Amino acid sequence: MAPVKEEKVEDIVVTVRGILEAYGRLGDGPLEVSDDDDLYDVGMTSHASVDVMLALEGRFDLEFPEEMLRREVFQTVSSISNAIQELFKGE
Amino acid sequence: MTPSELLSAVEEIAKTITGPAAADVDIQGRFPVESIDALKRAGMMGAAIPVELGGIGCSLSELGQMCMILGRKCTSTSMIVAMHHIQVASLVNHGLESDEMVAYVRSVASECRLISSGTSEMGPSGDMRQSVCFVSPNEKGFTIEKQCTAVSYGQMAQDILFQARKGEDSNSGDQATILAVEGTYDLKQVGTWDTLGMRGTSSPGGVLKVAGAPWQILDAPFSTVAAITQVPWAHSLWSHCWLGAATEAVDKASKVVRRKARSQPGQVPPVAYELSKLSGKLQVMRSLVKTFTDEYTSIASSSDHSNLKSLGFALRENNLKINTSEIAVEIVTEAMRIVGIGAYKNDGEASLGRQLRDVCSGSLMISNQRIHETNASMLLVHKSV
Repeated sequence: MAPVKEEKVEDIVVTVRGILEAYGRLGDGPLEVSDDDDLYDVGMTSHASVDVMLALEGRFDLEFPEEMLRREVFQTVSSISNAIQELFKGE
Repeated sequence: MTPSELLSAVEEIAKTITGPAAADVDIQGRFPVESIDALKRAGMMGAAIPVELGGIGCSLSELGQMCMILGRKCTSTSMIVAMHHIQVASLVNHGLESDEMVAYVRSVASECRLISSGTSEMGPSGDMRQSVCFVSPNEKGFTIEKQCTAVSYGQMAQDILFQARKGEDSNSGDQATILAVEGTYDLKQVGTWDTLGMRGTSSPGGVLKVAGAPWQILDAPFSTVAAITQVPWAHSLWSHCWLGAATEAVDKASKVVRRKARSQPGQVPPVAYELSKLSGKLQVMRSLVKTFTDEYTSIASSSDHSNLKSLGFALRENNLKINTSEIAVEIVTEAMRIVGIGAYKNDGEASLGRQLRDVCSGSLMISNQRIHETNASMLLVHKSV
């Protein structure tokens, strides 16, 4: 999948949800969490979260800086989407 | 009782009870009942409990120091104490929401209750962050049945802390932390505990059946309990236990070198150079343990715990465990070379067989291979070096 630059917030959220479905190891089928549910509480391991980070970096063609590599940033669909938006703004 | 008074009591118990019993505990593969009873009388079961809850309020560093002192005499005894403190800290840090849990924690100190760990489970993964068993709610509370591969000193403990999936439909990583209190569970032993080392920890597998009340399930998910408390405490306190065995080995090697030097004054015996290298390694090991314990304590005592959940911290805590478990084996092996046949013999003051067998467990308790795999994965996104 080629890297893309998503500008719209809703597109970012959809892409993030797709990546979590593919790499979050949160069960088969559609992601059954709201945008604000704690992904770690519903079973995302730190191992899986790394795969999610890598997939996000590849898909959005960006690098999460060190200060963003913390649990809070990858805790919910919203927090991940906000972090990506922030990185786009900084570019 | 203050932390320093407890430390003095532990030094005395290690010298007069734990040390003399260690060989028999190892040979028989039995629980070190005399040491644990003495430690209970000294207040050790409440050492990690805050003073306001009836405990002694020791810091992680103070508890580690006690594990190191006990570990010099009997690594099994120190590991039992370490495992107990890890369970207590999990409850103190994450479980005090209900009055029942507060009363329970008080009773650990006042009744000298020993808490076991039931984190391992038969199943395909072998990863404590994945469970097969699950909580089944009923009118009174819940039931769970867990097939544990090892229950730390399970038959000798009063209570057991473990994790399970939150419900039948929860995925394997969606786990709750559960306290099985005496009277609410049945533990049927499966298999034996006839191991190479750590023989006194008496930790065979078991089928754990619990029928408990709602307060026995912590509000905090297991993911939080593990990240904030269980893993950092385990890696620090286990490292202190192995440091104890390594320190004892270096002490025995030093005595042998000094004896040789006394027989030929004016000449530095060749083994003294080996001792110099060994002394350097012991210093590295001590520094690793202290640096990590100080970092954890500093973050945990601040208002912002978010660094405990960072990739950098996870890498450092994993590296601590890998490094200390491996360096301990190197130190004991090299000490054996300095001591010679006296270290290889099972009887005699210079014997190091038990220490060597005990520290060999380190790389297997949460396998270093698995931790390397986790670190390798984290390093794919971690930026700073």
